[in-house]
Amino acid sequence: MRLERRTDVPAGVVVIAPICAIVAALAISGILIAFAGVNPLEAYRQIVVSAFGSRLSITETLARTTPLIFTGLAAAVAFRVQLWNIGAEGQFYVGALMAAALGHAALAGLPSALAIPVLMLAGAAAGALLLLGPVLLRLRFGVDEVVTTLLLNFVAILFISMMIEGPLKDPLAFGWPQSVPISPDVALPKLVAKTRLHIGLLIAIAAAVIVWSVQARTVFGFESRAAGLSPRAATFAGLSLSRTLIVTAGLSGALAGLAGMIEVTGLKGYVTTDLSPGYGYSGIVVAMLAAQHPLGVVAAALFVAIVFVGADGMSRALGVPSFIADVIVAISLLTMLIALLFTNYRVRR
Amino acid sequence: MNRNIALELKGITKTFGALRANSDISLVLHEGEVLALLGENGAGKTTLMNILFGHYVADAGSSVVFGKALPPGSPRAAIAAGVGMVHQHFTLAANMTVLENVMIGTEWLGSWRSNRDAGRDKLVAIAEKFGLIVDPAARIGDLSIGERQRVEILKALYRDARILILDEPTAVLTQIEAERLFVTLRGMAKDGLSLVFISHKLGEVMQAADRVVVLRGGRVVAERDAARTNRGELAELMVGRRVSRPVRQASKPGPVVLSAEAIDVVEDGRARLDGISFEVRAGEILGIIGVAGNGQAALGNLCAGLARPARGRMMLDGRPLEKASAKALVAAGVGRIPEDRLAEGVVGEMNVWENAVLERARERRFSHHGIVDRRAARTYAGELIERFDIRGAAPETRTRLLSGGNMQKLILGRNLAASPHLLIANQPTRGLDEGAIAAIHQELLEARKNGVGILLISEDLDEVTALADRVQAIYKGRLSAAMATNRIDAKAIGLMMAGMWEDRA
Repeated sequence: MRLERRTDVPAGVVVIAPICAIVAALAISGILIAFAGVNPLEAYRQIVVSAFGSRLSITETLARTTPLIFTGLAAAVAFRVQLWNIGAEGQFYVGALMAAALGHAALAGLPSALAIPVLMLAGAAAGALLLLGPVLLRLRFGVDEVVTTLLLNFVAILFISMMIEGPLKDPLAFGWPQSVPISPDVALPKLVAKTRLHIGLLIAIAAAVIVWSVQARTVFGFESRAAGLSPRAATFAGLSLSRTLIVTAGLSGALAGLAGMIEVTGLKGYVTTDLSPGYGYSGIVVAMLAAQHPLGVVAAALFVAIVFVGADGMSRALGVPSFIADVIVAISLLTMLIALLFTNYRVRR
Repeated sequence: MNRNIALELKGITKTFGALRANSDISLVLHEGEVLALLGENGAGKTTLMNILFGHYVADAGSSVVFGKALPPGSPRAAIAAGVGMVHQHFTLAANMTVLENVMIGTEWLGSWRSNRDAGRDKLVAIAEKFGLIVDPAARIGDLSIGERQRVEILKALYRDARILILDEPTAVLTQIEAERLFVTLRGMAKDGLSLVFISHKLGEVMQAADRVVVLRGGRVVAERDAARTNRGELAELMVGRRVSRPVRQASKPGPVVLSAEAIDVVEDGRARLDGISFEVRAGEILGIIGVAGNGQAALGNLCAGLARPARGRMMLDGRPLEKASAKALVAAGVGRIPEDRLAEGVVGEMNVWENAVLERARERRFSHHGIVDRRAARTYAGELIERFDIRGAAPETRTRLLSGGNMQKLILGRNLAASPHLLIANQPTRGLDEGAIAAIHQELLEARKNGVGILLISEDLDEVTALADRVQAIYKGRLSAAMATNRIDAKAIGLMMAGMWEDRA
């Protein structure tokens, strides 16, 4: 038995592969759930009910989807040009901090319609700047960006910690380490009243569509695809790899920074060091599940959000530890990688 | 011939999807014989040998080695039966020593220590016996390509191979290394080993083989004793029709298009080119001939805009070339054919139309306001396919599916379609079959006739003598003076390639 590269990948396979991967991941996770003494089918039913069972749970799931779309896009655009941005978590936090720092008072005089876009730009810029350093180090000195972006996550979070214990500390928070709150003028409007769902979801979906059209239609998208697939051929053709990497890094960091900014202005209202339950890292999984396709990212982010929100509810109802959510997502990543192998290769005897 | 049969293939058939790679192939290899398997790219030579070695399983047919049937699909069984294979692309670990590479996989995994001394003794004994001298302690990464191939052969012999299969062994070798290899092979055959070497080069087949089996379209079309055939016959059998490479007609060269004066190039801290000077005129081909690894890569990079001279001056159309970036050269109407078409020429995973416009996506005819005009690009790709006879290609075809020759026609086509006045062609026919070589040569000569100045960097003596008006040899980063090709014979060029020329300094 051996693997043979497919001469052409049929469109059907591209669609079916992720579905098979998720079914396989659920089957494997089911075994673990059974070990915990619960019928896996009942557990999955509970997950679905907890994620979709009520108006509130639907909005909760979608609110959870929003940051994952952004961080998923951040990973997807970077990975496409072989820029291994593992730092979306840190970029998320600096974007969030920007929202609190500027959104508290500095923009108070401005009307919301102006202040919010300014804040979005600021959050995006903060994320982009944080990624720029590692990219320049790679271009100038060949420093591996996996290491630098990963380590910068800890630097960023410690910096947040310093700020919210110091200059940005909320004096009214009874000593809790949290930042000053944003002004109500810069809070994102709710999408559904009296829930936590805000218009960030629409912005995220719009971002996915924009990223997709940039990649599919523009000269920049075309050239960066060439650069990602074959840096040598792209260089020979006269395309600038450094330019592609820098622009892509700006885009990737901006998307992750935007995630943090929107999480603060849409949902939380202030920054803490546990603002993100690992959105930056989950974004990598989302991008891989989506095979780095920007529209696939939306679906993959929804899936991961369902698993996380659903598993919380399921855990309360059935007593299976909610860590099963991490297990399901991790196994999906592995099965998806295997499925990707089979979309590009076929088995022959 | 009444020698023992070492290997017999009977009725081997193998299909990949709709492609019939081998159909009913039978052949016999005797002990102490050198058999050449001759055929164009895609004739099924490598598939056949991969079936024998157990990499593929045949749909029908069997292999018999020293009288015993070989179980299909098991390289391990093939090795145990005494079959060794030297792949075209070496399978050596660059960060390990020769001895480690040779011994890898020969010892039981669970054993506590590896018996290096015994291994070294055996390796040295084999190496001396066959004149395959390499230092067992040298790291593979430090060895030349020729030496690496010796290690590959030693690896097979170390496993007590009695039958050795070499897949295109000379594809990566210089003329001199290739000749040395053939001497070794003859010696091994004299010693009773049986050898099969796969090739599409007529000269070496005539030179090294006892017997030739010609494959075409997956079938055995002929079998000849090397002593009783000739190149012309083999060429016709291989291609299935008469193919002759075109030869240049006399022409009047025009003004100088590209000139280099005393150029030094330093790459990765090493001096790659040392004070080279040359001139390319409109409507002429300047051939740069040399054994691989003498600075051709640096020269190619320099002229393609990928490397900057550390010293010296380049002039394009009489103007100094200061910012010779790849982009600037494309814009200045310089066509460039890279040395490695798959790594540098095209992006294999992209479509033909995307590769057709790879260098010029920003031009107004292919994009408007930063948006790619796919329709224009596809139409353009269709025109290239038509005009340059790129077979098996549609604008939407994934480029890596094209054969080497057709991929090269695509690269040549996208350069010539832009009506360049200078063309840099670095090893334009390396690894191509006869039919494709003839087509590429025809295009180059056509361009020359239309007044394009062509710098042809090549290792192929036949190619340079057929195409180039003037020739300069490259040796250890230095260039000889230019000689008119029709006033010099192959032997003299051979000496120049070995660095034997007199500087007129």
